[in-house]
Amino acid sequence: MFLAAAPLSELLSFGDKGYLDELMWGAFATLQISFLGYAFGCLLGLFGAIGKLSGSSFTKNILGGYTTLFRAIPELVLIMLIYYAGTNGLNQLLMSLGFEPIQINQLLAAVFVLGFVQGAYSTEVLRAAILAVPIGQVEAAKAYGMSSYQQFRRVVLPAMLPYAIPGLANLWLNITKDSALIAVIGSSELANVTRIAAGGSKLYLVFYLLAALIYLVISMVSDQFFAWLERRVRRGQPKLA
Amino acid sequence: MNWEWLPHYIPLLIHGLYLTLVLLVSSVVIGGILAVPIGLVQVTGPWYLKLPAKAFCSFIRGTPLLIQLWLIYYGIGSLFPGIPGIRTSFLWPILREGFYYAVLAFSLSFAGYEGEVMRGAFLGVPRGELEAARAIGMSPWKVLMRVWLPRAVRLVLPTLAGEIVGQLKSTPLAFTVTVMDLMGARAKISSDTYIMYEPLIFIAIIYMILTFFITRAFNYLERLVPQRR
Amino acid sequence: MRITKRMLLAAVAAATMISATPAFADIKFGVDISPYPPFTSQDASGKIVGWEADFMDALCAEMKEKCAFEPTAWDGIIPALTSKKFDGILSSMSVTPERMKTISYSRIYYNSAAVIIGPKSDDKDFSPEHLAGKTIGVQGATTHANYLEKYYKPKGAEIKSYAGQDEVNADLTAGRVDYIMADGVTLSAYLASEAGACCEQKGAVPIDVDILGAGVGVGIRKEDTAFMDKVNAAIGSLSDKGFFEENTKKWGLEGKLILPKDMK
Repeated sequence: MFLAAAPLSELLSFGDKGYLDELMWGAFATLQISFLGYAFGCLLGLFGAIGKLSGSSFTKNILGGYTTLFRAIPELVLIMLIYYAGTNGLNQLLMSLGFEPIQINQLLAAVFVLGFVQGAYSTEVLRAAILAVPIGQVEAAKAYGMSSYQQFRRVVLPAMLPYAIPGLANLWLNITKDSALIAVIGSSELANVTRIAAGGSKLYLVFYLLAALIYLVISMVSDQFFAWLERRVRRGQPKLA
Repeated sequence: MNWEWLPHYIPLLIHGLYLTLVLLVSSVVIGGILAVPIGLVQVTGPWYLKLPAKAFCSFIRGTPLLIQLWLIYYGIGSLFPGIPGIRTSFLWPILREGFYYAVLAFSLSFAGYEGEVMRGAFLGVPRGELEAARAIGMSPWKVLMRVWLPRAVRLVLPTLAGEIVGQLKSTPLAFTVTVMDLMGARAKISSDTYIMYEPLIFIAIIYMILTFFITRAFNYLERLVPQRR
Repeated sequence: MRITKRMLLAAVAAATMISATPAFADIKFGVDISPYPPFTSQDASGKIVGWEADFMDALCAEMKEKCAFEPTAWDGIIPALTSKKFDGILSSMSVTPERMKTISYSRIYYNSAAVIIGPKSDDKDFSPEHLAGKTIGVQGATTHANYLEKYYKPKGAEIKSYAGQDEVNADLTAGRVDYIMADGVTLSAYLASEAGACCEQKGAVPIDVDILGAGVGVGIRKEDTAFMDKVNAAIGSLSDKGFFEENTKKWGLEGKLILPKDMK
C-alpha cells in the first residue's frame, strides 16, 4: 500500500517493482510527442514561410501576428492556453459544424499544442532559409518554364535545406525540452513519470539525475543525427566560408 | 469574457510581476557574469578547466530547465533530513524558500547557454586586435579586460535582447516550486475563482508587454554602441 | 536507396502510433496525477491502485461499462472535465457550493476529516492564532487551500501552495514548511511512512461545510444528467451490497471514513 523503503536495486529495475520501465515508457512518450509535434510544427512552418513570402498582405499580417504572438509569450503559458482553450475551441467548432465533439487524447493534445508553438519558430527559420537560396537558381528554374510548384519542389526546397538545418536542429532540441513542460498539465511523458517515481520512492536525486541523463542522451544522439543530415544535404553545394 | 476577478487580485499580480522581474534580472546578471569565465576557459583554458566548462554547458543545454529546477529543489531538499541542525543554521532562511532555488536554476541555465555564446564571441574577436594589444606589452589580464572582453561583448550585444526575452519566457517555471511569480499568481486566481482562461490571457499579455519593452530597450542600447561596419 | 527511405518512414510512422496508454475505454475518469494514497497512487508497474481505484472498478462493473483513469494535473482537472477530456472526476474531489457552480456531482461516496500535521513536539495547538507567522503547506486548488486562505492567512500564517500532495509532504519532511493541512486519511498514510516519521497529527480542524464540503463525489458535467443517474444508481447499489465497508476494511481504513450508509 504505502511504499516502504525498498532497496535501490529493486526500485531501479524493470518490471513491476521497479520504475525503470515507466521511465523508459516516459522517454518513449517524450520522443513520440516531440517527433509528432515537430513534424506538425515544421509543416505549419513551411506553409507559414511560404505564406509570409508570397502570400497576400492579409495572409502576411495574420502570419506575422501568429509568429510574433507565439514567440513573445512563454511556452508554458501557450501550452496551457492551447491545451485548455484550444481543444475546447476545436470541439466548439466541430459541434457548430454538426459533428460530435471528440475526446482528444492527451497525447494528441500535447502534439497539437507543441506543434502550434513550434510552427511559429519554424516559420521564421524556414523563411530565412528560403530567402537565402541564391535568386539565380530560382530565376533559372523560371526560365525553364517550371510551374511555381515545380520550382519549389525541385529547386528551392533542396537548396534551402542546408540553410534550414542548423535552425531546425535547434528547434528539435527545443521541442524535446519543451515536451517536459507538458508535465505541468499532467501528461505521462518523462518529466512527469520521473516526478511520480521520485515521489513514490523518495529517491529524488537519483531519479531526476536519471531523467537528466536520458534527455542528455536524446540530445547527443540528435546532435550526431543533424550533423550527418547537414553533411548529406550539403552534397554538391558550394562550401560555406 | 469574465474580468470581474481582476480588481480583487491586482496586488497579487503586482507582487507576481515584481517577483518575475527579480527572477529575470538576478538570473541574467548572475548567469551573465558566470558565462564569461565559462566561455573564456573553453577557448584558452587548461584542460582541467576547459572540460568541466564544456560538460557544464552540454548538461545545461541538453536537459530541460524544468528537470534542472526540480533536480535542484527536490534533490537538495531530500538531503535536508539527513543533515542535523540545518534548520537552525544561518542558511536556513535561504534553503527553505523556493525562490532562491529558482534563481539558482535560472542563473545556471543562463550561464550554460550564454557560456556557449561567449565562447563563440571570444573566438570571433579578430586575432589582429589581440596580437596588437600583446605587442604593446599589455599583460594577459589587461588584454582580456581592455580588448578581448569588450569586443566579445560587443559581438554578443545584438543577440542579447533575444536571449533575455528567452530567459523571461523561462521564468514561469518557478511557480512549480512554490514561487508566487506571475504564473503562481495566475494559478492562485484560477484555483480560487475556477476561471481558467482569462487569467492566462491576462498574464500572456503582460509577458508580451515585457517582451516589447525589453526589445525596445535593447534597440535603443544598440544605437548607443558604435559598430564599425 | 528509395526503398530503404520508404521503409524507414514506414517504421517511424508505425512507432509513432504505439501508445503506452490503454486503448479506448468507454468511460474515462480524470484523476490527480500526483499520488494520493491510499485513495489513488501509481504503483511501480504504472497501474493506479488504491481505495478509489477499486471503487472505480466496482462502479464500472455495476454500470456494465469499461472504464479507465486519465491522470491529469489537479489544478486543471475541472476545466479538463468541462472541455470533455474525460467523462468524470474520480479523485477524492470534495463537493462544495463553489464548485457546483461549474460542475455537478454524484452522491457522496465518502467523507473524512481534514487535519493539520506538524513536527513531533509537545505543542499541539493548531489554532489560527497560534500558527501566525508559520508556514503551512497545502495542495493548490483544494478545499484545504481555501480553508487556510479563509482562516489562517488573515491571522498571519504564510501559505505555500504545491501542485501535488506528495510535493507538500516532501517539503514537510525537508522542513521547508512548518505544518501541512490536508485530508486526514492521506496524511496518516504519509505519517506511517518513513518520510513522515518526523511528524504527527496535531488535530482535526473545525468543520466549515461550505469550504470543506460535505464529502467526496464523482465530478460530472452539468449536462450529463443521464450519466449522473447511472453513477448514482451504481453507488446506491454498491452501498447496499456493502462494498464500501468491505473496501474500507481491505485498505485498513476502518473508522476513518464516513461512508454512504452512515450518511443516510
